[in-house]
Amino acid sequence: MLKFRILRFDPESDKEPWYKTYEVDAGPGERILDCLNKIKWEQDGTLAYRMSCAHGVCGSDGMRINGVCALACQKLVKDYAGAEEITLEPLPFFQVKKDLLVDMDDFLDRVRSMRPYLVRDQAPPEKESLQSPEEHAKVEQAIRCILCGCCTSACPVMAQNPDYVGPAALVWAYRFLYDSRDSAFTDRLEKLNEPNGVWPCTNHFDCTRVCPKDIPITKSINFMKREIKNKLSHSGE
Amino acid sequence: MVFKHDVLIVGAGLAGLRAATEVAGKADVALISKVYPTRSHSGAAQGGIAAALGNEEPDSEEWHTYDTVKGGDYLTDQNAAEILAKDAIRAVYELEHMGVPFNRTPEGKIAQRCFGGHTSNFGQAPVKRICYAADRSGRVIMDTLYFEAVKKGIKIYPEFHVLDLVFRDGQVAGLVAYELATGEVHFFHGRVVLLATGGYGKVYKVTSNAFANTGDGPALVYRQGLPLEDMEFVQFHPTGIYGLGVLITEAARGEGGVLRNTDGERFMERYAPTIKDLAPRDMVSRAIYTEIAAGRGIKGSDYVHLDLTHLGEKKLAERLSDISSFVKIYLGLDPAKDLIPVHPTCHYMMGGIPVNTEGNVTDEKNGIVPGLYAAGECSCISLHGANRLGCNSLLDLVVFGRRAGKNILENLDRLAWTAPPAFPERDSLERIRQLRENKKGERQVVIRRQLQKVMMDGCSVFREEKGLKKVVEALGELEKRANAISIDNKSNRYNTDLIDGLELLNMLPLAEAIAASALNRTESRGAHSREDYPQRDDEHWLKHTLIRRTGQGVSIGEKPVTITRFEPKPRTY
Repeated sequence: MLKFRILRFDPESDKEPWYKTYEVDAGPGERILDCLNKIKWEQDGTLAYRMSCAHGVCGSDGMRINGVCALACQKLVKDYAGAEEITLEPLPFFQVKKDLLVDMDDFLDRVRSMRPYLVRDQAPPEKESLQSPEEHAKVEQAIRCILCGCCTSACPVMAQNPDYVGPAALVWAYRFLYDSRDSAFTDRLEKLNEPNGVWPCTNHFDCTRVCPKDIPITKSINFMKREIKNKLSHSGE
Repeated sequence: MVFKHDVLIVGAGLAGLRAATEVAGKADVALISKVYPTRSHSGAAQGGIAAALGNEEPDSEEWHTYDTVKGGDYLTDQNAAEILAKDAIRAVYELEHMGVPFNRTPEGKIAQRCFGGHTSNFGQAPVKRICYAADRSGRVIMDTLYFEAVKKGIKIYPEFHVLDLVFRDGQVAGLVAYELATGEVHFFHGRVVLLATGGYGKVYKVTSNAFANTGDGPALVYRQGLPLEDMEFVQFHPTGIYGLGVLITEAARGEGGVLRNTDGERFMERYAPTIKDLAPRDMVSRAIYTEIAAGRGIKGSDYVHLDLTHLGEKKLAERLSDISSFVKIYLGLDPAKDLIPVHPTCHYMMGGIPVNTEGNVTDEKNGIVPGLYAAGECSCISLHGANRLGCNSLLDLVVFGRRAGKNILENLDRLAWTAPPAFPERDSLERIRQLRENKKGERQVVIRRQLQKVMMDGCSVFREEKGLKKVVEALGELEKRANAISIDNKSNRYNTDLIDGLELLNMLPLAEAIAASALNRTESRGAHSREDYPQRDDEHWLKHTLIRRTGQGVSIGEKPVTITRFEPKPRTY
């Protein structure tokens, strides 16, 4: 039997978060999400968390597993072999709505503040706009983002400076900054140069370590910092 | 509370988003989704979107139309296939202009690759017709459309679970929805309701589908006594990761991967000599089960191998990186070096809510239900006939999502506000009250697991009369028990326990519709394969099935197939 220690909290009825321990019969190849489902469906229907695709594409089930932010559907029981128990907590920094389920609106607002869509200063051609494979390759890693929030919640800077836009929003900024079809390069750089744009990042690399899609986030942020220094005469650092 | 919008769109996947962006700015539109934005299952589509751009080799709309019809084993309504293939080209350019990051050819055009059943010159050889962004095509298209919807200021109600449609004198007056955050039940007053709720693969034990895929839209329609169409046609994708059912895209074979049995033989050469591993999904899934039944599964077991070892790490990284990571995470294998154990996984529903090519829902007499629309996997145009081709689904969503949006705008003036009945939430509230108050009933999961097992055992790739009868009988019993389930969670905030129960009540009637339609169709066509009737029978069965619930059980009717230019022929590849 595997022990799960799960943070429980209903902000409307609980004064403080508390932990409840559950025991689950699970094989080594089962996902942590499978275990959570067994708990909810077979033992305690009051437990709340989000999930949907169960294979790391929809981005619903980001949470802290034994202290590290991850997707519950991408981690298997055997990944925690040797641990006495597995502790599940909601994503840090995010406001808890109930148990492991957090508010994502604030997070999405941060992403939206980066204008995550193509800005064009002229009408597109009749067929596709041309883009070389090399130009496409520049955004190839950034387009893997599934908006799960793991990076932003793992970032130690967020706790000290909640106004920092955070790593996920910067991934989306990068994705459009380096899209050869986009016309807002300088505007985007100006936005990134604001005090809570790229500059609060101090290279902890936690975002990069936890990203379930292996996006080189910190490296991308540093790349944008250099771009600002090279292209803008009034860089903020 | 009462919310009021001209157009209520249920589901924020690709079909819902594309319809909404069409309507936005011209009418007041709201998107109502039971999952949080960007979590919809369109995002799980891997392989790409089909369009005869001819960027890599000669291609034509006509070939695409033909492939779609033949892929559907001639049950496809050919007028719909023509629209699809023709509009595909515009639709893909539109997505590209919106910002979708497609892979590129050396000249900078949208890159294209092969996929099952897509051929040149009416079946001669596989053709590169699929536009893609590595193997995360659905996700990047959905994110692009989602942020387009945000840019347009479209109102979204996230995590609202729709419970019932509301009609007055046969016309739509709105819908009732449960707000997950608060437990409140709201009436949404609207002139138009568009259902875009996706599939219901969760009625099967092994599926590539998300937990959210419980068929809420078709269930709402079915509950109203309206028909569902071609429910017997359920697509099993040949390559689900063994045990889990997680999808390995057909693009793996499009890029050159092959299936092998326990002898290492590339067995598809025997089943489809011309296009081999790129035969349509129904044929490949049957071939896999036939190999397994003959004892040629790997070491006599119930799976075969997908071999990608010859593709090289570069191709795997550039074009198949997500599935490579799935294989590493869930199986601990490296597709560049190891063979991947796969078996068929329930993937897509060809059947659903009957609609015409403009998205209008139709009744058992083929008349339009005023104000009610459907698009995407929950609908049945019938574009995919008896078997959908890969990459025609994303295309279906953006082409027919847009058409529904356009038709809504054209007809909005004629669709007056209908006064709702006095207490529109009554039925929904009663269902919730019962679920909360039932005591000593079983847990929903007990019945859910039995449902999934019953369907997997008796109504999956191969079917026969005795088994199907058992399924129908078992489902009747399960539904009775489901009406008495009890839940642990009586609270109002984020009560997903209650939602799980409501979803089960939606899935059971749909499963019965699948099994009863399958029992009724005494032939084999596309994904519907009857061991007791192994031949296609055009004389008796070149027609669509319409099934609906009456007071006395189910009633099965039919609808003719639209044939414009391709007369049914034997389907060989």
